Amino acid sequence: MTAVTPAPPSAAGAPAPTDAAPPNRPGGRSRLPAAAGFACGAALLFAVAPLALSDFRLALLAKYLCVAMVAVGIGIAWGRGGLLTLGQGVFFGLGGYAMAMHLKLADAGPGGMPDFMQLYGQLDELPVWWRPFASPWFALPATVLLPMAVAFGLGSLVFRRRVRGAYFAILSQALAAAMVILLIGQQGTTGGTNGLTDIQGFFGYDLDDPVNQRMVYFIIAGVLLALLALARQLVHSRYGELLVAVRDSEERVRFLGYDPASVKLVAYVVAAGMAGLAGALFVPAVGIISPALIGIVPSIEFVIGVAVGGRATLLGPVLGAVAVAWARTALSERFPGTWTYLQGLLFVVVVAFLPGGLASLWALARRRGAERAEVSTS
Amino acid sequence: MTLVAAVAMTACGSRTSAEGGAAGVTADVSGDTVKVGLLNSLSGTMAISEVTVRDAIMLAVEEINAAGGVLGKKIQPVGEDGASDWPTFAEKAEKLISEDRVAAVFGCWTSASRKAVKPVFEKNKALLFYPVQYEGLEQSPYIFYTGATTNQQIVPGLDYLKAQGTTSVYLVGSDYVFPRTANKIIKAYAAANGMTVVGEDYAPLGSTEFGTIVNKVKSSGAKAVFNTLNGDSNVAFFKEYKSAGLTAAAMPVVSVSIAEEEVKGIGTQYLEGQLTAWNYYQTTPGAANNRFVAAYKAKYGADKPTSDPMEAAYVSVHLWKAMVEKAGAFDVERVRGASDGITFDAPEGLVTVDGRTQHIAKTARIGRIGADGLITEVWNSGKPVAPDPYLKTYPWASGLS
Repeated sequence: MTAVTPAPPSAAGAPAPTDAAPPNRPGGRSRLPAAAGFACGAALLFAVAPLALSDFRLALLAKYLCVAMVAVGIGIAWGRGGLLTLGQGVFFGLGGYAMAMHLKLADAGPGGMPDFMQLYGQLDELPVWWRPFASPWFALPATVLLPMAVAFGLGSLVFRRRVRGAYFAILSQALAAAMVILLIGQQGTTGGTNGLTDIQGFFGYDLDDPVNQRMVYFIIAGVLLALLALARQLVHSRYGELLVAVRDSEERVRFLGYDPASVKLVAYVVAAGMAGLAGALFVPAVGIISPALIGIVPSIEFVIGVAVGGRATLLGPVLGAVAVAWARTALSERFPGTWTYLQGLLFVVVVAFLPGGLASLWALARRRGAERAEVSTS
Repeated sequence: MTLVAAVAMTACGSRTSAEGGAAGVTADVSGDTVKVGLLNSLSGTMAISEVTVRDAIMLAVEEINAAGGVLGKKIQPVGEDGASDWPTFAEKAEKLISEDRVAAVFGCWTSASRKAVKPVFEKNKALLFYPVQYEGLEQSPYIFYTGATTNQQIVPGLDYLKAQGTTSVYLVGSDYVFPRTANKIIKAYAAANGMTVVGEDYAPLGSTEFGTIVNKVKSSGAKAVFNTLNGDSNVAFFKEYKSAGLTAAAMPVVSVSIAEEEVKGIGTQYLEGQLTAWNYYQTTPGAANNRFVAAYKAKYGADKPTSDPMEAAYVSVHLWKAMVEKAGAFDVERVRGASDGITFDAPEGLVTVDGRTQHIAKTARIGRIGADGLITEVWNSGKPVAPDPYLKTYPWASGLS
């Protein structure tokens, strides 16, 4: 048996390996600009935004930043690993429901039951699977570990069987649809289409108080920065190199003696954990979690944000997610009747003229600058 | 860094145990106009229904402005798109209240959207007027419910079936909160009134696969079907129903979500002879309704029908005006205090606000769909039915809430 393997055509496996991916330099870039970038981001999120925005706009920004956390995860799984995951809503929902269940139980007080259960379920006592969520020591870790466990279970099955590309995308999407149907069907214990709403407190703090809403915003901004730092570490580690290698040529990696299934599994599980954390923080920021937030459409919207921003870069998904969410709000406020067309147009323009996403603008500008510099020196 | 620390320090507020908390936003009524919010889905699956509600609200606003406004101020409507997405409804409600500082908001359709905005209105102590029939079991101090609650629509529908000698029903509904809760009430009613529920099926919202359900209905031998399907699903259901050979004469379907607008979309050939339960039809007699229908058609087109939710939305704006004028102020608490006993000569007949429940007394009407797409009344309750959102006056419903 010869060890020669035909190089797979570039279109096989992962959908269109990015042309926008930055060249993989071993050892990563120098640390200084990254540190400066983080400081800038922190200043923007912690000082400029709270001072410049009204309470209402700041609460909206908190919501966008939650979406951005999901985007960081998708950036790793899809941008770096080529796993087009169209079902991140499932993990977002698991985290969100875990958090909301705890907060609902905390609102109801010890021994109490959430209001909707008496209304729709006519239950006499709390369902068994709700009970552990009364304890924050269970609920908080569960917001992250539960999605990761589900991703691990699904990923182990799927990646070992070498399901990839469009098949993986469809499978992940089916999971989102299934979860929505399950939640709606179990109205008595999950709140059905209404979801879990009317959340009053957040670990003893009254969420109606604008000052506490501000606190929630700061937590979200801090967590997002932490996730970005984590993502950067991951991407610039040896594992990050391996992940890109798996994306670009899974067979070659396999022949080098690595196990591509576990490499992909790690990326998928990390992305799920980030989505779960985002869902958990979304609940105190917005005060609602419902099947409408985790089904097929929102799952695709998460991916659209990443595509618009530039999936293969670190910051691109964050910028894209925030930009898309912000555009959605701004356009729908200005043009309540026609904003959906404008939003669609925006996507088409970005995808057609900036296939690398918004983040490629930066690279483009730098290249232009370099060309100009060359011209002037010659 | 110090700046960051200083800004972060401001983020430590009141605990849940502390009373009082946020005082709410007061509406801006300083100018010679007063803003009101219009919160409806203009995009997404619910747009087809909610746009008609928006149109009816605009009609009422124009009428009031033409007659001199409210307390001498012209109404300035601010529209937002809820986009058929519940968290978006919450976001837009917050925007209308805290950025536009509107005096009241009119809108929402689905129960899920109402549940999503309810905490927003309660937190800000702002007013929502909700114009659609719903599943009851709710009474927020900051929402006025101008559509029917269950005892003004579903219970009369069941009374009518019982009076017709119907002994068994089959329940078909979309899979969301309203049908599931409505069916819970229907089952309690049936158990106490000697009716049997021979089957209960739910289809996902927007589903168009009804072969199985219609076959089950057909073989069940039920005397009637109680239909809580919403939207497009009705088209598929009634087509399937007709092709299975089921007729309005042999097994009538009572629908609670099909109004004149929906009849047009489904097609009268499938619906002719079937029953509906509402509080208003375009054909409801009376001078007030003649005026309403004429004004609506003049503004939006002669082929546009008027329906129950549109009428309830139109009425809600007029009721709000009457409350504000009785209170002599736009202040939410004073408007609420003035609400009890407010009446309005509505297209559906005289309606009266019940200040305790913040619902309105409405006449229940059962109608039959005609070949011309209009619905004619076959029975009414004779007088307005007092609202009872928790069904406290019905012994059979004691286990429900």
